Amino acid sequence: MSAASRLRELSILVWPAAALFGFAVVPFGLLLGVSVAHRDVEGLWSAGFELTQFAALLNPTVLDTLAYTAVLAVLVAATSTALAFPFAYFVAGMARRGQVAWLILLLSTLSLSEVLVAFSWQVMLAKRIGLSEIFVWLGWLAEPQSLSPNFGAVVACLVYLVLPITVLLIYPALSRMDRHVAEAAQTLGASPLRVFFTVILPMMRGPILSSAILATVFTIGTFVPPTVLGRPEEWTIAVLIGRAALTGGNLPLAAAMSILLLAATLALTGLTVVVGRGQEPRR
Amino acid sequence: MLGLDIQDVTKRFGGFTAVDHVSLSVPLGQFVCFLGPSGCGKTTLLRLVAGLEHPSSGRILINDKDITDMPAHERRFGMVFQSLALFPHLNVEDNIAYSLRLRHKTARERHARVEELLALIRLPDIGKRQIAQLSGGQRQRVAIARALAQEPAVFLLDEPLSALDAKLREDMQVELRLLQQQLKITTILVTHDQREAMTMADTIVVMAHGKVQQIGAPIEIYRNPANRFVAEFFGTSNLIDVEAAEGAVVRFGDRRIAVGSMPAGLAPGGAATLAVRPEDVRLARPEGAAKDGLPGRVVFVRDMGASIEVHVDCAGTSIISVTTPRDWIGLAPQDAVTVELPAEACRVLAS
Repeated sequence: MSAASRLRELSILVWPAAALFGFAVVPFGLLLGVSVAHRDVEGLWSAGFELTQFAALLNPTVLDTLAYTAVLAVLVAATSTALAFPFAYFVAGMARRGQVAWLILLLSTLSLSEVLVAFSWQVMLAKRIGLSEIFVWLGWLAEPQSLSPNFGAVVACLVYLVLPITVLLIYPALSRMDRHVAEAAQTLGASPLRVFFTVILPMMRGPILSSAILATVFTIGTFVPPTVLGRPEEWTIAVLIGRAALTGGNLPLAAAMSILLLAATLALTGLTVVVGRGQEPRR
Repeated sequence: MLGLDIQDVTKRFGGFTAVDHVSLSVPLGQFVCFLGPSGCGKTTLLRLVAGLEHPSSGRILINDKDITDMPAHERRFGMVFQSLALFPHLNVEDNIAYSLRLRHKTARERHARVEELLALIRLPDIGKRQIAQLSGGQRQRVAIARALAQEPAVFLLDEPLSALDAKLREDMQVELRLLQQQLKITTILVTHDQREAMTMADTIVVMAHGKVQQIGAPIEIYRNPANRFVAEFFGTSNLIDVEAAEGAVVRFGDRRIAVGSMPAGLAPGGAATLAVRPEDVRLARPEGAAKDGLPGRVVFVRDMGASIEVHVDCAGTSIISVTTPRDWIGLAPQDAVTVELPAEACRVLAS
């Protein structure tokens, strides 16, 4: 390859490189800079280098909240993937018209903002309207009561937010799947339930895993639903970061916690990739 | 009866009738081909036998037992699909042993059976390989071994060879037929390829528009097609529009052509179709020809080496003749020629 054409090839990379630098490297550099800066009560922060805030991260409240956030994210991802898979399987088996209708509905719920969804759930879980009255009518509750704030309300709202994403991630693989494979298993003596667990689920392990990872990463930074639908003990690390920055006026601490969250997300993703590779068939 | 019995089976999808009042029997150990163009209902009929579709009406019996309402996983008829449908997440051994695992066979039994089947398909050392590592022909054989592992009462194949290249396909046809004769297993194969059906089948079921057109031994169907569709679809036929005359004679323009026999119910003057195979059509130069031949003119000559195909125009009707180099009289386009149709090779079909 000539030097000129090599140069032309490299020049294509200029724009993505600039974008990556401007939108990722620079902000991360700023975050890193602020996290080691000196806390200045008057002007939020002043230049300097100290590890005070990183030492403060060892505070049990921060670590407990981080662990809780990770557990919450994994729980939400697992729940939404478990709900999304059978749903996507049935949608992929529908006639084309039905598939399009369901996909449009899912995309339209994605257009709702997180804030709107969280407050809608708050209304729906309130004492005098919505679910509470229905539960009383069904005989599950003796009298109307408020169903939030609590852990269940936070999980329900987050699953609602993440579910369309997981469905849309699993759906393409399911719609491409050769349905004759399931039929072949039937002719070999497998009942429909057996076919699902011994053929369809293992074949779709890759897409299931990747959608679960994305749902986890999407949930781990959640801010609004835990604030609106949770008590202080249901607050996530993102809420802690927000409070440190906005009400506590401690920007360096907020920056340090953000870096911790980033590291935890990377570790979680790395772990799932390693686990996924371990299960891949031997070549 | 021992074997498979399909009794007056109909399958409708909404307003579309895919299989229309089909009845046929497959005796134990026979190799039957469902042959027809795409959309003729042959695959649907196979899926009805497998239990993957439920008939709208009619019954299916195996060894006199009604299995119409029995689901596919209880019938356990091994089936090889057009896409092969191997399990991509399992290796060759686990693919073949899938049905054995469902029947709770021990690891030792499974291994022994897999070894036996791999030897049968002449691929003894591929048990530990992944499906993605196999060639098209190897996948084909693994799919066959997987379907045979459970020793099915009926072995079903849905155009399993269509993805292979021509040479490999011909080899597999012979191999599959020998395998079936060795195992003496009742087999149904769906195909649109008449050569494939003739290579393998004891009995061919020709289908069109959801209906059975003819059932018979391959050579019987070739020699005596039941109707115009079969004559046209099954091999190459010259189909000539004629008019019935008195006795075993038909009229083509002002010429009279003697035929072997006339179909019942065809009155003199009635429209009919004369079917003649190209290899039965003889061409001669006008000077030395029998005088009851049809005069024509050579339009096109295709010399294939092993055979020579000549297209002749007889009063606006195109007639194809196939001959061998030994009998070749050296015709060229535009030559005048006399077409001789031997009476015993002429079959009259009521139009």
